Amino acid sequence: MVTGFDTPAAVSERLAEVGYLPEPALATTVFLADQLGKPLLVEGPAGVGKTELAKAVAAATEAELIRLQCYEGLDEARALYEWNYSKQLLRIQAAGSDATWERTHDDIFTDEFLLARPLLRAIRRDEPTVLLIDETDKADIEIEGLLLEVLSDFQITIPELGTVSASRRPFVVLTSNATRELSEALKRRCLYLHLDYPTRERERDIVLAQVPGIEAALADRLVEVVAALRALELKKVPSIAETVDWARTLLALGASSLDESAIASTLGVVLKHHSDQVRAAKELVLPGAGH
Amino acid sequence: MPDTDRTALLGHHVAFLDALREAGLPVSLAEGLDAARAVTMTGLLDREALRAAYAATVVKRRGHRPLFDELFDLWFPRAIGDGSGERPARRKPRVEVSGGRAAPDEARELRAELAEAIFDGDDAGLRQLAGQAVARFGAIGGSPTGGGTGGRSWSPNAALDAVTPRTLLAGLLRSRPDSDEFSRSLARREFRFRISRFERLVNAEARRRIAEDRGAAETARTVLRPPLDQIDLIGASQAELTALRREIYPLARRLATKKSMKRRRGGRGPLDFRRTIRASLATGGVPMDTRHRPRRPHKPELVVLCDVSSSVASFARFGLLLVYALSEQFSAVRSFAFVDTVEEVTRHFTEADDVADAINRMEQGLSMRLMGGGSNYGRVFTHFDGRFGDAIGPKTTLLVLGDARANYVDPAVATFGDLVGRARHAYWLNPEPRGNWGTGDSAAPAYAEVVAMVECRTLAQLADFVRDLE
Repeated sequence: MVTGFDTPAAVSERLAEVGYLPEPALATTVFLADQLGKPLLVEGPAGVGKTELAKAVAAATEAELIRLQCYEGLDEARALYEWNYSKQLLRIQAAGSDATWERTHDDIFTDEFLLARPLLRAIRRDEPTVLLIDETDKADIEIEGLLLEVLSDFQITIPELGTVSASRRPFVVLTSNATRELSEALKRRCLYLHLDYPTRERERDIVLAQVPGIEAALADRLVEVVAALRALELKKVPSIAETVDWARTLLALGASSLDESAIASTLGVVLKHHSDQVRAAKELVLPGAGH
Repeated sequence: MPDTDRTALLGHHVAFLDALREAGLPVSLAEGLDAARAVTMTGLLDREALRAAYAATVVKRRGHRPLFDELFDLWFPRAIGDGSGERPARRKPRVEVSGGRAAPDEARELRAELAEAIFDGDDAGLRQLAGQAVARFGAIGGSPTGGGTGGRSWSPNAALDAVTPRTLLAGLLRSRPDSDEFSRSLARREFRFRISRFERLVNAEARRRIAEDRGAAETARTVLRPPLDQIDLIGASQAELTALRREIYPLARRLATKKSMKRRRGGRGPLDFRRTIRASLATGGVPMDTRHRPRRPHKPELVVLCDVSSSVASFARFGLLLVYALSEQFSAVRSFAFVDTVEEVTRHFTEADDVADAINRMEQGLSMRLMGGGSNYGRVFTHFDGRFGDAIGPKTTLLVLGDARANYVDPAVATFGDLVGRARHAYWLNPEPRGNWGTGDSAAPAYAEVVAMVECRTLAQLADFVRDLE
């Protein structure tokens, strides 16, 4: 137990306090991940609030957020730890020639010369920690092997120093856009949650919370249009962030209702492919949009 | 909790996991234990929390979720028998009730309530009305008044025929004060969505009632459909086809990522002199590690020959959709459609920037003579060789999509073999199960001797093939 949530309802409540409105299933899953001490793998399309979830959990529990952003070519030196070679070199030169090998060896492989990277940092902390491993699907398959070891035992072995075990397990959130399937082994060790676009009511609440000053009727209508757009076969479906952007745009333009002309002139905020705009205009009977 | 209850519960848990495994979800022992632990934490009282607990611990792929939900509803039903008898307080009717002339009198009241629930978007109401519809109109066979379950079953179609929810649409639309066309089109979409939601609820409800009579395990075996990527492309229902089409772009993206990863790993390109020298500075000017340029990606030219005769048309659509969603992976794509003669359809795809549109346009644009009669593979290949023979060259990958049912005319295997010989690679995707090749008028074995013929019945098989395509 890291965060001390008592019930799924408590999760909902405390996340809502920091501005993240979870669906009930999401709250239950976060609660379980916490209780079982398992990493939580959140998969879903871009822009449904996967990364935000980790940030919100950190904020709600006053834990520090440590983030490991994955990318192609991420390696152990960037994910786990690295020895600070230049500092070690300086230390050797500063010691002069009279120091024995054993002394120097013991000196330069100490904590002082260790550069802790996110995974090691998260494991060594004594305070509450949320570890976010973002866009896990972007990393190479080898990194998954590394994660397996770290996330199942919460310990890291450094040959020169010995094994570092977590005194306090961090709450781990892995996110993935599912551009590739993660390995079965990794998935087995995690709780899995597919985060999808929110229900209409929830999205309206999000818009109302994120865009102060917007009228409820406009938010209703906006969410209705976005839901209709998501039901079309589009290349890129509008995300929650884009709904919020759209609401901000309409507010900035002073539009009080979402009529055909307001949609036609601002559709580019939510649809970023020309073919998608054409399709939406055709299917939803928007005059002139996208042309 | 008394021990007997615990044991019964454990048995239920294990049986549920078994059913998931039988349905094709890979649930490991460790995951089963996690699920048991999770369930003790959420408790059994909140059904949705229980569902979330099982989903988080045993369902690790999105594609498996619908199947899981159906099985969960069978094993942990919402209610027993006719369900709770309470009805929402009658509201003042505001919605015009249209259609339903064929509906029985008893269905009138239910239709009126349904129209209200759809109008308000009241999901709990829809669920309850679905329960009522099945209870009152869904029973078939046996004695409808109860008294044993001998021969009784539940049919979602009988319930839907009585209630005819689709005919409510017109009245619902007339009850909206929308003035402009755009609002009307939004409302129409919304109502359609809720009606189909009701239909899904009726289906689920009927399954639940069947499971009550016969036991969940047996019901699961007989009424459930396989996961989406395992569905037979030719036999898929309309709803499944729509769902499958949605999968195309995400699938194309996954495949493109896989292909580029494979490309990076495979072999090294020529030496990158600058980067090697720069890297050598770290080792005192000695080049310990050499650096290489990435290889130039090999992008094949693709020629797709598509059988669009009615028996395999849906398969051809998927093949084309996927090929064009992946068109960045190829230096050029030319496509040809055929039934008994062949026509080039490439221009439909280059003109439209939306593939689904292009396919519709292609099907409308195909000349009538193409559409008549069954496929004539022999004539098509001869014809193709004569008219478009220069499309095939040493850089081309030739792809044929079709069932190789030659209608007992000469399959012209030699001409086709010649085409295959001129191409760099050639593949034939056959949507029929391998066991049926060579039965009846199938010329599959003859063609398979000159070309690599691949069985390709499901989206998963199609994806596997495209991933390995060079």
